[in-house]
Amino acid sequence: MNLDLIIKKSKAIEKTILRVGFECGQSAHFGGALSLTHILSSLFFGLMKHDPLNPRDPHRDRFILSKGHGVLAYIATLYESGYISAAELATFQKDDSKFIAHPVKNLDAGIETSSGSLGQGICFAIGVAEALKRKKSNNRVYVICGDGECNEGSVWEAAMLANKRKLDNFTLFIDKNNFQNDGHCADVLGDLDLKKMFESFGFNAHSVNGHNVKEICNVASLKQNNKKPTVIVCNTIKGYGVSFMENQNDWHHNRLTKKLIENEGLDINVL
Amino acid sequence: MYYDLNPKISKMYARMGPRATYGSSMYTALKENEDFLLLSADLGKACGLDRLKAEFPNQFINCGIAEQNMVAFASGLAREGETVFASSFAPFLSMRASEHVRMNLGYMNEPVVLVAAGSGLSLGFLGNSHFGLEDVSVMRAIPGMTVICPADAGSIPKFIKAAAELKKPVYMRLVGVPGSPIAYEEDYNLEIGKINKVLSKGNDVAIIASGSSVAQSIIASRELEKASISVSVFDCHTIKPLDKNRLQKIFNTFRILITVEEHTLIGGLYSAISEYKNYENFTNKLVGIGIKDTWVKTGSYDFMIKDCGLDGDSIAKRIQAEIKN
Repeated sequence: MNLDLIIKKSKAIEKTILRVGFECGQSAHFGGALSLTHILSSLFFGLMKHDPLNPRDPHRDRFILSKGHGVLAYIATLYESGYISAAELATFQKDDSKFIAHPVKNLDAGIETSSGSLGQGICFAIGVAEALKRKKSNNRVYVICGDGECNEGSVWEAAMLANKRKLDNFTLFIDKNNFQNDGHCADVLGDLDLKKMFESFGFNAHSVNGHNVKEICNVASLKQNNKKPTVIVCNTIKGYGVSFMENQNDWHHNRLTKKLIENEGLDINVL
Repeated sequence: MYYDLNPKISKMYARMGPRATYGSSMYTALKENEDFLLLSADLGKACGLDRLKAEFPNQFINCGIAEQNMVAFASGLAREGETVFASSFAPFLSMRASEHVRMNLGYMNEPVVLVAAGSGLSLGFLGNSHFGLEDVSVMRAIPGMTVICPADAGSIPKFIKAAAELKKPVYMRLVGVPGSPIAYEEDYNLEIGKINKVLSKGNDVAIIASGSSVAQSIIASRELEKASISVSVFDCHTIKPLDKNRLQKIFNTFRILITVEEHTLIGGLYSAISEYKNYENFTNKLVGIGIKDTWVKTGSYDFMIKDCGLDGDSIAKRIQAEIKN
């Protein structure tokens, strides 16, 4: 695995998030996108078998962004991978665009599911993992859920079934950035140990620094021979990489203005 | 499995009832198609599917008491090319999991066949918590859904086959109980999306019914015939999409139209046909017979059907009263 490339791409994704989010001229989900840059980069430039030139390849690994509001990071990654063009990227949150604030299923653009309603992508994903097992495919299904998303009961419904069906081709990343829409996760439903919770649901459970691509890739590449699904709880920072956004939940969904960019000296990767 | 009906076979299915007939149909479907999958939210036994669990361990998956996950899980399987049926009772499938239906079968258009066993009033003493009286309203509101309701147990094998062949998102509700009246003693050609004329006795009144109300409307027509009111009965088994061509002909032929359904009058067959009527500016008299906007008194199926005015006698009386008005 080329860690240098993954790190380089993480940075490019971060800058693309900021540029596209700025250029759309509206509020966008910055915080929960910036916490995903290293996970997505590790997946698309390291861990996953996929071919942007053949996005419907039946032998591809499947990626599903269950926390749909991370879309800016997702489309930035698809752009950096070559699934979508700069022109397509520039339509983000424009009228009648295919690329809006939550992913819309678009297999040719590398988007497997429509999401935005939390706790659903993971359920769909285990169906895909079950189907791949039935086809005796060696491909894997990777999913990213948010820690706030784990408030949804359906996440745990899916976890139970993933374990029961022995879906060892299923890897779940939890973007544990500690915030959800209305505040700190611990303040909303308590300080939960998601790693332990998934462990008790029968998962191989790991915890990593979600901004350390070496840790992410090492753990995600571990060969597990116990027929269990895997969860990797990634400790991340909401708004990572932008000082005034980091751990500031106002940046869950907010507008990046020209004034802010100039005042803060942000480098937003203008093409 | 008998798909072609005759009086003997129709009676056999009627005796078995909708859920056992559904179980039998699925047994054949799984046996004949190794790539068919059947999911249940821990209501396998109650949906007449117990035998399948043992016989087809690779094709039958109990997803646990977790309908939301089952619906999306089914959709993931369908995306990868599997033909997937998912069963539970109507409220759990259509209402508890409705947003999962909306996202997966609706927004993403994944071709899963949802089968609500025990819809309408058919779960009798289990009570309102288990009845499927708003399921059509909820499912019909989701773009892209096909909503179907077989008229009797004997029709179910045909519907299972047709729904699998459709390759579209489907919600199928099963109403009636063992011994419910038969709508079709003779065979008929089922085409999803097409209204089927089941009785043609004249042009005074058209009854457009779905599910168990088709057979009850046939019974009503006999009473009405005695009162010299000539009736034709139509089986509108596909509530969405509506058969607009046939409806246009019906509206052009009959002055009085009556809809009958084992479902609330808010959002079901009556609503769908009222919407059509308004859209097309028809001025025919249209009367809806169905469940009023209230929780129903619980009891045996026959008691509730009568109490809700959905038995043949009540339908006939209501139509006579409407004609006088």
